[in-house]
Amino acid sequence: MIPNLIFILVFLFASVLFYFKVRTIAHDINLGKPVEIRDNRLMRWMHMLKVAIGQSKMISRPVAATMHIFVYVGFIIVNIEMLEILVDGVSGSHRFFSFLGGLYPVLISAFEVFGIAVVTGCIIFLSRRNIIRLKRFWSSEMTLWPRSDANIILITEILLMSAILTMNATDGILQARSNQHYPVVGSFLLSGFLQPLFSGLPDSTLIFIERFCWWFHITGVLAFLNYIPYSKHFHVFLSFPNVYYSKLEPQGKIAHMPSITKEIKVMLSGNIDYNAEGSAGEIGQFGSKDCRDFTWKVLMDSYTCTECGRCTSSCPANITGKKLSPRKVVMDMRDRLEYLGRNIRKHGKEFKDDKSLLDLVTSEELWACTTCNACAIECPVNIDPVAMIIEMRRYLVMEKAAAPAELNAIFSNIENNGAPWQFSNEDRLLWADNLEIKTN
Amino acid sequence: MDRKKIEIPVMADLFARGKKPEFLFWVGCAGAFDDRYKKVVKAFTKILVHLDVSFAVLGKEESCTGDPARRAGNEMLYQMQALRNIEIFNAYEVKKIITICPHCYNIFRNEYPDLGGKYEVVSYVQLLNAKLEEGKLKLSSELFSGISVTYHDPCYLGRANNIFDEPRLILNSLTGNFVEMRRNRRFALCCGAGGAQMFKEAEKGDKEVFIERTEDALRTGAKIIATACPFCMTMLTDGIKYKNREEEIKNWDIAELIAQSLDL
Repeated sequence: MIPNLIFILVFLFASVLFYFKVRTIAHDINLGKPVEIRDNRLMRWMHMLKVAIGQSKMISRPVAATMHIFVYVGFIIVNIEMLEILVDGVSGSHRFFSFLGGLYPVLISAFEVFGIAVVTGCIIFLSRRNIIRLKRFWSSEMTLWPRSDANIILITEILLMSAILTMNATDGILQARSNQHYPVVGSFLLSGFLQPLFSGLPDSTLIFIERFCWWFHITGVLAFLNYIPYSKHFHVFLSFPNVYYSKLEPQGKIAHMPSITKEIKVMLSGNIDYNAEGSAGEIGQFGSKDCRDFTWKVLMDSYTCTECGRCTSSCPANITGKKLSPRKVVMDMRDRLEYLGRNIRKHGKEFKDDKSLLDLVTSEELWACTTCNACAIECPVNIDPVAMIIEMRRYLVMEKAAAPAELNAIFSNIENNGAPWQFSNEDRLLWADNLEIKTN
Repeated sequence: MDRKKIEIPVMADLFARGKKPEFLFWVGCAGAFDDRYKKVVKAFTKILVHLDVSFAVLGKEESCTGDPARRAGNEMLYQMQALRNIEIFNAYEVKKIITICPHCYNIFRNEYPDLGGKYEVVSYVQLLNAKLEEGKLKLSSELFSGISVTYHDPCYLGRANNIFDEPRLILNSLTGNFVEMRRNRRFALCCGAGGAQMFKEAEKGDKEVFIERTEDALRTGAKIIATACPFCMTMLTDGIKYKNREEEIKNWDIAELIAQSLDL
């Protein structure tokens, strides 16, 4: 009775804790400006099926893609076993689903195969990060915490899977010894290979190990669940909605600013009535200086990022040694948003500090972007760093008049000559002089 | 060999005579003012005449689309330009626009509709490939036989608008020896000029983007680097010069290669 009660309490506590943390993340994301994304539902679902569930954008890097499929599918499948663990934990039964008969050992064996796949994937990931030291895991924004975060996740997953395998191995030995608490449910495919490690141990030790692994696994899973929202690993949840809400239009399109159109129309009509509906008076700031100036979708992007760095490793500016790193922009956005969200919950909506996102993302970074969209196209979960960069450029140019001098020069050329260069519009057709074609 | 002078039809003149061309041919700032790129516009115009396409240009009424301003964050200037251009397009009842510059293509196709400017926008590579498929444009690989060609995807045709196949289909018809760069299609490396970078010095780094991309192109061993964007052309031509390879390796626009092969 007591173990069941402890189990139920631990489970409820972990669930409630998780719920409240997720609520704070939802709160943070909703600090963004409203934008309605309700169009093309079917296409959005298809998109999510392909990109998020089907992992279609991972393929471009085959080793990472294969290992990630191991871990991703493995983790989902093995978590089906969580159902049985829940039933056993609440009711005190042992291997409740064994009523499935001959199917049961097949299922558990399949879970073991996926478990081994997860362990393999995690070991390869760990070695890519720590032994091979792939460049994208060691660039400047990958400070101690992001690097540790990744290692914590991978090691935890290995430990959780090892616990299941050890549990099954000892259970198998106890079954063979006809221990009364371990009815025969059939033999398992892979954990059998671990049995020699434990076969010399007395029943009581085996029971202890088996129970320890069971508890270690379930409390580990619940603890890990509560770690995820504090970690880059939150992508396991947000990838799906983030892809669903991502842009369906061609990647080259940047977001419209109706507020500017309004302002121009007011200017052109000469009707500057600041009190009138839709007049210039309501417009406020142009572009984005801080997290709350972006739409919730952009903020969701930042919480979805799992810091894989494909964006940065494909960025022409970053490849050639410039300071710009799209991953850093996204991480800065998230870190700043976490900070703002925490303080707003503490001090109320009016919370302000003397800093902004632009203290984290420097103008040197922003002006190095070629808007080539390599980062956005690479991102396996459709994060759009270019949209963030353009928004901040808009703020720098329209609110601060802080464009680089050369760009100010092209602005005035465009305004005066209708071209970024200083040529007269009168000369626009000079190319056509003396143009001839061969006649047959 | 007889040669005939081409009179470029200008929208205002045609309209005054009550005529309407099928396409507005948008020349763009590089086409009008960049000496190297003027040659591309000339080549493409010859092809249009050769194919008997009904078109006109705006001439002195053409102005910047606003692309560099928009991507540099100056939305105000962009929208002023766009609203002005849309007004002119509407006055001439423009329905279809051909562009050679991918930046102009992108902004007309994807961004002008937000301001009410909705047109059928066709990139020259789409038009040329369509004519090739219809059999109206007949290309032979005679002139370029045995010469290897590579192609640099402009970001604003490729990643931005998923136009990857048309340029390759054309180049494959022109040469039997088409080679891809290591980074191509969706994963092509930018030339370094987009997002108004063309008009400013690059930020501090350890290399120029155009050199990195030129190295990709040179590594293929191709003798011709084909481009489809005025800014990519400036960047890669500079890159070839920087590498002192301009004697053996040429950078041509797809339209120029076609015009040469047709001997227009």
